[in-house]
Amino acid sequence: MSSRKTKSELRVLTANRLGDGRVVYLSEDGGWVSKLDAARLVRDDAEAETAEAAGAAAVADRFVVEPYLIDVELVEDGVQPARLRERIRAQGPTTGHSLDHQPVSEVA
Amino acid sequence: MYRYDEFDRAFVEARVAQFADQVRRRQAGELTEEEFKPLRLMNGVYLQLHAYMLRIAIPYGTLSSRQMRTLAHIARTYDRGYGHFTTRQNLQFNWPRLEDIPEVLKELASVEMHAIQTSGNCIRNVTADHFAGAAADEVADPRIYAEIVRQWSSLHPEFSFLPRKFKVAVTGAATDRAAIRTHDIGMEIRRGDDGGLGFRVFVGGGQGRTPMMAHEINPFVAERYLLAYLEAILRVYNRWGRRDNKYKARIKILVHERGIESFRTEVEEEFAALRDGALDLPADERERIAAYFVPPEFETLPVEAGRLSRAIAANREFGDWIERNMHPHRMPGYASVTISLKPVGGVPGDATAEQMEAVADIAERYAFSEIRVSHEQNLVLPHVRKNDLPEIYGRLQEAGLATGNVGLITDIIACPGLDYCALANARSIPIAQQLSERFADPARQREVGDLAIKISGCINACGHHHVGHIGILGVDRKGEEFYQITLGGSPAEDAAIGEIVGKGFSAGEVVDAVETIVDTYVALRQSPDESFLGAYRRVGEAPFKEALYGG
Amino acid sequence: MTMMGTDVLADGVVLWRRGGFVEDRWARIGDEDALPPEGAVIVTLARWQDLRRSDAPGAWEVGVALAAGDDVREIAADLPRLALITLDFPKFTDGRSYSAARLLRERYGFAGELRATGEVLLDQIPFMRRCGFDSFAISHEPTRRALADGRLTDVPIYLQPVSERGEVPVGTRPWLRHRA
Ligand code: SF4
Repeated sequence: MSSRKTKSELRVLTANRLGDGRVVYLSEDGGWVSKLDAARLVRDDAEAETAEAAGAAAVADRFVVEPYLIDVELVEDGVQPARLRERIRAQGPTTGHSLDHQPVSEVA
Repeated sequence: MYRYDEFDRAFVEARVAQFADQVRRRQAGELTEEEFKPLRLMNGVYLQLHAYMLRIAIPYGTLSSRQMRTLAHIARTYDRGYGHFTTRQNLQFNWPRLEDIPEVLKELASVEMHAIQTSGNCIRNVTADHFAGAAADEVADPRIYAEIVRQWSSLHPEFSFLPRKFKVAVTGAATDRAAIRTHDIGMEIRRGDDGGLGFRVFVGGGQGRTPMMAHEINPFVAERYLLAYLEAILRVYNRWGRRDNKYKARIKILVHERGIESFRTEVEEEFAALRDGALDLPADERERIAAYFVPPEFETLPVEAGRLSRAIAANREFGDWIERNMHPHRMPGYASVTISLKPVGGVPGDATAEQMEAVADIAERYAFSEIRVSHEQNLVLPHVRKNDLPEIYGRLQEAGLATGNVGLITDIIACPGLDYCALANARSIPIAQQLSERFADPARQREVGDLAIKISGCINACGHHHVGHIGILGVDRKGEEFYQITLGGSPAEDAAIGEIVGKGFSAGEVVDAVETIVDTYVALRQSPDESFLGAYRRVGEAPFKEALYGG
Repeated sequence: MTMMGTDVLADGVVLWRRGGFVEDRWARIGDEDALPPEGAVIVTLARWQDLRRSDAPGAWEVGVALAAGDDVREIAADLPRLALITLDFPKFTDGRSYSAARLLRERYGFAGELRATGEVLLDQIPFMRRCGFDSFAISHEPTRRALADGRLTDVPIYLQPVSERGEVPVGTRPWLRHRA
């Protein structure tokens, strides 16, 4: 992991599900959830290693593809990814027809 | 249109079964993601930010009403009720599940459609002039040849793992409506000295990181040698194209590094060995394929379309729509008409399932069930009676599809950008929406005149920003969305790559910047007839720079 | 599963031809290795160019291993003296050897064994076969398993006239083929 990372920086492991491609996050109990708020917070490099091992295992189990860690910040009502790309992944497209269709069937 | 025979059907069905098996093997763990990825890409399946994306080929942009209805059905059943028409005459669905895709492909096969080679390092969906078969200046219908190339390139055993993707475009007239000079191979149909048909062939065009206009490699390749000549080019590229660097792997770099002369020599050598062989296109076979594209039975109509004229006189808005969206047809009393997918504030290229069905119905009732997709992300009804246009307009209005802005500043091309695309640096769609809202006033749009804004969310240039009169490229500046503006590009026969005007703008500034450019143009043009492109070529970038960045 | 004493599902490389797994009677000789007194040997292009120049008649059957970037024109004149050519796929996404195979078969008339080496995967074998390959050195375990189970998914209608023996024209279109 890059030396830039300090213990105060928070990260979360994310991936896309193999079966339907939906965005998921590694949760506290080792499962995968679609809500970022329910994701396990990775606080240091040791936790990052554990999380990445869980990601690799989920790849081997054909549950997710291409897991990676993202930087997140604590905000008033939960956590928020540091980068816009990840904010859009977490919240969905910012505009367009997808917004009219609530993905009710898509709970992890 | 082309109709599948038993072999085409068997081919596509076997391909669907093969992909279903590949999906099964992926889920069973017999294929890793790395091994599966090229296979899914060759069936049009990407993994994007939020989900898989399925890209469906619309060969040479031609669709029937029946096919359009099936697309609407797929949108509703497997997606979120809409689809996105792209600059490559494809349709993209943004939300299918991998497990559903074999089923979607089966539905497509039932209406003679597929997603073969809409992605991956192979020969992609062949594009053609969207007015094919209707345009008055056409030498021959480009779809005949696009269809032949489509067939020859489908699962080509030698060319399925090229150094990089490969795009071919065909235009049927000297007026280039297919942007052939921005393609890996571009072909313009023309007549030879003996009156026979053939192609002026261009090679090595492309956008992306290193935009280049294609070079003419051969001024006339006779029709019968079409496939032999293409195979020669592809073979030289497959053998010697760079594979050490993804950004240098397109054929344009090979042509550039070797020089067009040396490249041509090698192609001609290969061609000499391939011609007069199994790839020859016999005249009777050309006729057999051409027969699929014979024009519909047009009625003999007077040149004057009285009902149309009266409707124009009675309804100003309708008249404006006609002025922008109607195009000349080679038959008296007929026209082609563009259905704009660029409503003010809308997502360029998006159509809902209901809109697709409305277009299918209108085409069935008034347009021989024929629909085209243009690379400007609009739809076209190629053959309509002029006197039917008032009714067509009314029905388009009901479907929210009667925007009269073809070629105007709100007819914006935009790629999906960071709202969907895994490769994006910045969003494209919201910028397009804000721009179309800024210039929403129809009178102002008409005053500005022909002006093409094209937006890409990254240097891959799916939104063709290099060839926009005003091009906008999204870049990532320290985690923030920034937009670089280029001026003076054009995809047509006067093709040019736009020049970067100066430092980029934030998302909050870019719409104002475009407005400044537009106002500057309006102020300095010699007359309302001097187009943006004409004015830019006359005065250069200085006045625009001055207006944007001050002295 | 075993065939002729080889465990095709064990680690290592096994050789497959249409019809099943076969024993590999060819020995690969590195550029630094001594040539055996006789037998079937596969050498690199460079080694072959040395051998070709030496006058020693040689008691070997010779095969040449071409790398993906080698130019097949360099051995075009030697083909009558070669019983086998291997063409490499350093990665399965590197398609150069497809062109090399067609040139060898169709342009230069090579009639010996044409073997694919490197990353040879199940889904690429049909393409390779169509380009003229007739044997496949396979190290990928799921591919070996699928071949052992007789699962080779092909689309048996073809839209290109290639000279693969075993394909015949069908229908009216001159480029249509199907497997005989
Ligand atoms: S230009 Fe870039 S951001 Fe836009 S669709 Fe293409 S790859 Fe994605």
